[in-house]
Amino acid sequence: MATVTETKGWTRNEMAARAAKELRDGFYVNLGIGIPTLVANHVPAGMTVTLQSENGMLGIGPFPYDDEVDPDLINAGKQTISQLPQTSYFDSAQSFAMIRGGHIDLAVLGGMEVSEKGDLANWMVPGKMIKGMGGAMDLVAGVKKIIVVMEHVSKDGSPKFIPECTLPLTGRNVIDMIITDLAVFQRPDHSSPFKLIELAPGVTREEVRQKTTAHYAE
Amino acid sequence: MQKIYPNAEAALEGLLFDGMTIAAGGFGLCGIPERLIDAIQASGVKDLTIASNNAGIDNEGLGKLLRTRQVKKMISSYVGENKEFERQFLAKELEVEFCPQGTLAERMRAGGAGIPGFYTKTGVGTQVAEGKEVKQFDGEDYILERGIRADLSIVKGWKADESGNLLFRKTARNFNLPAATCGKTCIAEVEEIVPVGSLDPDCIHLPSIYVNRLILGAPYDKKIEFRTVREREAA
Repeated sequence: MATVTETKGWTRNEMAARAAKELRDGFYVNLGIGIPTLVANHVPAGMTVTLQSENGMLGIGPFPYDDEVDPDLINAGKQTISQLPQTSYFDSAQSFAMIRGGHIDLAVLGGMEVSEKGDLANWMVPGKMIKGMGGAMDLVAGVKKIIVVMEHVSKDGSPKFIPECTLPLTGRNVIDMIITDLAVFQRPDHSSPFKLIELAPGVTREEVRQKTTAHYAE
Repeated sequence: MQKIYPNAEAALEGLLFDGMTIAAGGFGLCGIPERLIDAIQASGVKDLTIASNNAGIDNEGLGKLLRTRQVKKMISSYVGENKEFERQFLAKELEVEFCPQGTLAERMRAGGAGIPGFYTKTGVGTQVAEGKEVKQFDGEDYILERGIRADLSIVKGWKADESGNLLFRKTARNFNLPAATCGKTCIAEVEEIVPVGSLDPDCIHLPSIYVNRLILGAPYDKKIEFRTVREREAA
């Protein structure tokens, strides 16, 4: 008997592809580290999307060829990257002026917890992980639309879309859309509840309900 | 007035004292003033408060000053990739003020621009807002953040002319520009110093007024934290 591999839900790459459906022609976009970075691989053909790197760059190009690697050219995840003909460079104060000032159309970030009120926690686990918030607090405060891409449950199986965040917050009432490996939740504005708008292949509403403690509309 | 010094040690002469505050440029290991960091380490100056986006990695960049226990407090936004930092922080041997990246950049910019504080939406409703004044503008909450004035700024540039006009290269500009403006004294280390008149005045990134002392730091062996490449498509 061959074992049947479970194909339910979205892979990391498919989650990124789903997030890419939210891109629009002409958008300036900031992508976080991890799954969000993969969104760059799914920009629809013919669409112009300019990626911002908060360490001071607009117009992120693909990873460089081996003989083009430049230590002075990295993204916010400290990976080597390349530039494009339309690229511009600037300093960190200028970079966050455009972020805080509402000039960036969309940010896609990772998350540890999202609350039903749109709070995000993704920068610290007290006593354990102390990496810091980096630019995440500025992004959620200033970017027009914020999408969180994360696994639906944590490694121990506990829900991550919950009534109230237990970890230190990155921002309060800042999330517009949540894409997990099981489903997509969205809300039209910051005073509305999230609504389940899409299920990943093979996933039922019942399963999402079982793995979610946050209240949401269906 | 001669701004060019023969080396980092000479450029730092008379400027270091225990308990001082230093603003440092760099993002990760990109654009870090490594000659100056080495000379500060060698000087043995201690109880430093350092405002820098990152804290280097183990034994690279500011990580060197952490290892020698010369740092009392870091003001940073992201300190991952640094085991010694994590150990000292969890053991409460090192004080850390986590500051959102954009707020840190603006605090340096404001400090250098004579602005003692500013209101920002970043961090409202989070730990970062604790103890800070909240003010409403147009129905939205903002918190008061202080500008940073450092005793010393240490930055890394690409090219300078002899008067101290500076150019940065690609994403190595990052915090170097705002950090340079917020110190009582700023020392810049660069890869090349050219005669005045060689740089296009329309294209100067940091005007010479912000640079008090200058050293040629070359040759540099620039470190890469995460070397990521793509395969060349088959011909």
